[in-house]
Amino acid sequence: MATTLTVNGQAREVDADPDTPLLWVLRDDLNLTGTKFGCGVAQCGACTVHVDGAPTRSCQLPISAATGAITTIEAIDGAEAKAVQAAWVALDVPQCGYCQSGQIMSAVSLLKDNKTPSDADIDSAMSGNLCRCATYVRIRAAIHQAAKSLNPQEKAA
Amino acid sequence: MNAIIPSSARSFGRFSRRDALRTGGALVIGIMLPMGGALQSQGAPPMPPVDPNAFIRIAPDSSVTVLIKHIEFGQGPNTGLATLVAEELDADWSQMRSESAPGNDTLYANLFLGSQLTGGSTAIANSFMQMRKAGAMARAMLVAAAARKWGVPASEVTVTKGVIAHAKSGKSGTFGEFAADAATLTPPADVPLKDAKAFTLIGRDKPLGKLDTVAKTNGTAKFGIDTQMPGMLTVVVARSPRFGGTLKSFDAADALKIKGVVAVKAVPTGVAVYAKGMWPAIQGRNAVKAEWDFTKAESRGSAEMIDAYRAKVKTPGTVAGKRGDVDAALAGAKLIEAEYAFPYLAHAPMEPLSGVIQWDGKTAKTLFGSQGPGLDKGAIARTLGVAADAVSIDVTLAGGSFGRRATGDSHFAAEMAAVAKAYGPGAFKLVWTREDDIQGGYYRPVMVHAMRGSVKDGKVAAWSNSICGQSFAFGSALEPLIVRNGIDTTMTEGAADLPYAIANMRCDVHVDASPVPTLWWRSVGHTHTAYAVECFIDQLLVAAGQDPVAGRLALLTEKPRMAGVLAAVAKLAGWGSSSAPKGRARGVAAVESFSSYVAQIAEVSLNEDGSPRVHKVWCAVDCGVAVNPDVIRAQMEGGIGFGLGHALYAAVPLEKGAATVGNFDGYRALRINEMPEIAVVIVASNEAPTGVGEPGVPPIAPAVANALAALGKARPSVLPMVTSA
Repeated sequence: MATTLTVNGQAREVDADPDTPLLWVLRDDLNLTGTKFGCGVAQCGACTVHVDGAPTRSCQLPISAATGAITTIEAIDGAEAKAVQAAWVALDVPQCGYCQSGQIMSAVSLLKDNKTPSDADIDSAMSGNLCRCATYVRIRAAIHQAAKSLNPQEKAA
Repeated sequence: MNAIIPSSARSFGRFSRRDALRTGGALVIGIMLPMGGALQSQGAPPMPPVDPNAFIRIAPDSSVTVLIKHIEFGQGPNTGLATLVAEELDADWSQMRSESAPGNDTLYANLFLGSQLTGGSTAIANSFMQMRKAGAMARAMLVAAAARKWGVPASEVTVTKGVIAHAKSGKSGTFGEFAADAATLTPPADVPLKDAKAFTLIGRDKPLGKLDTVAKTNGTAKFGIDTQMPGMLTVVVARSPRFGGTLKSFDAADALKIKGVVAVKAVPTGVAVYAKGMWPAIQGRNAVKAEWDFTKAESRGSAEMIDAYRAKVKTPGTVAGKRGDVDAALAGAKLIEAEYAFPYLAHAPMEPLSGVIQWDGKTAKTLFGSQGPGLDKGAIARTLGVAADAVSIDVTLAGGSFGRRATGDSHFAAEMAAVAKAYGPGAFKLVWTREDDIQGGYYRPVMVHAMRGSVKDGKVAAWSNSICGQSFAFGSALEPLIVRNGIDTTMTEGAADLPYAIANMRCDVHVDASPVPTLWWRSVGHTHTAYAVECFIDQLLVAAGQDPVAGRLALLTEKPRMAGVLAAVAKLAGWGSSSAPKGRARGVAAVESFSSYVAQIAEVSLNEDGSPRVHKVWCAVDCGVAVNPDVIRAQMEGGIGFGLGHALYAAVPLEKGAATVGNFDGYRALRINEMPEIAVVIVASNEAPTGVGEPGVPPIAPAVANALAALGKARPSVLPMVTSA
């Protein structure tokens, strides 16, 4: 039974059980392995993708319900994504790096919704993304740095 | 472009066709490394010569690829070892690349451990001279090649940021131009290394961005679990729910009805389900009906084990450390006592255990995050009944480890091989789910410490520390590394060698046995000994009317580096000169582990429910020469977060020999909203570099406990500190 998904701007037909979580179709069928398996129960955020722009735990989304436009780490684009990735590199945020796809997907969503996030906003948006290396200090700093780069007028403030 | 095998490589005969293909057209500079005196003086055994191809490849585009013999799982060897090479090679940082070295004990042994094993925070320490020499030799060969071509004395040729030049003639060139010629030269027998004052990369932050950061921000970094092969089957294994249980029988009929499930087979660890993808594999496993034999299984719960250990530590154990006469000093004195109990802890790296094996019936090719390829290769070969040279291991990036991927029994590698053997030729990806991981053992063992001490005339007079727990060393492949004079040193490190100059002390230990497999866990024995020692010394100093920092310093006159980090962190935090904001208090701890010294001060308040809230942590570290300061800071930050999360929240409780938590809902990890601010100072040092992957972890838990004491609460006697969250 084929299901058609819109992934990174392309229609992709997959032959998988409709109950299959999007995560496994991305990884096993579409070879988009940047989206990670960490827990399988929406506790860690490593599998975060964007569905119609909203951060979504792909381990909990059956493909039968994945009717929106799906964007994975391999294809994120736009000012916020560029700013987040640049800040992540500038501050050398990743350690093992395994959770960072999910961290970046959540951070990009945050900055799309909120150009000047406070520490509390960051806590709220990012607390669903576990990092066992505990790179949290740098994740926070990188989000602030990305926000600054997106708001040039804020730099002087 | 064809790969070129330099003559210097051929003469050593270990350059395989596979290696030639791996160079992808790059030229290979072979480096023959005699052992450096500095390493021998650190007690490392003499090492056979290293294969000339082992470490450095210079491509026509002048990019320099360093083959990294230690697995990269976040602690930074891909950057650190490349820095050492680049420094002596006088390369520009922008031309440096890194690549994981394949499993090969002959070429890539950890010089301290005698096998290709990453552990004990030794990656930089054991590689420091080796990688620098490799870089210096490559530089000398490039210089000789340039000098020959230009017809000038080699002594007049300079190398600066990747540019080879001869000032008098005005000639200059790149590494890529001379790599081919250099590869034909005999590596120099001896090369001078730079004086530390001349370092341009070691000890610098920028432009040394980590070499693997970009790939880890755009989804292209490949971890073991990301490996795909044509026709590959995904495998999950149903294992005994109780530790020590064995498979009695199973019924696969329902599992085989699930679309995508290809086969179900018995393997030594349980029942393996083979499927076209992870989801059908999981569904198939859920449908397997298995019967287990629990005759030899653990029947106790962790609470019962702790009770048993509490009884044990009241009796004399095997003495692991002793000074003076502690019994005489305690006799008649006012006894000060404490007891600390520590739970089972899972490592729970973000990437669960996973790997791929391709098996043709005669040879096996594997790709996974092998932390000890030397051990793992043997286990795979034994399981498959082939010679070790029929097995290859490509070491991938690993999504964390914290010790989990290095086991004495190589159980994951063996299970991967067993999965292939049971099925027959094919490609298989074995994945442990998070539940498999958290419920699968190899835990930091449950431990109990009983402390007794006394103070006299305002000074600590006596110290007794009795320890009970499981040993993962006795009877394992790790025993020769760990057991000394009948003592499992990982149970007593930091306690038997108490750093404080207390005239009368004793540390003794009791060993329990259980079918629950246990393992080293980031900072190993220090995960519990540091808590026991640093909480109890604080308690005794307070009882003696001493300041926790000044009191420690007075007992550390023989330990200048430990005193150094303590003084540095006190200065950084303004200990004694600035006080914590209202409602908050500060606690301190200092720990030597893996020959590095770390002191931390934690500023803590209480949440409404009485649980600790850690606002800020100051940290001072002395790890000898600081090769990559920013990696060191990152490891301190991460170590603090890792240590804090477990101290506050984490335990794997057992009931009747089975774990009662299985995912991050029950096995709580620190989240961003719980992460304190962190300030790190690196103490300048000219000592040989030591590790940073683990030493950031031990001090944080006792620092928080001591802050709680300063807030008027008891130092928690049972970890984790927060039991219902």
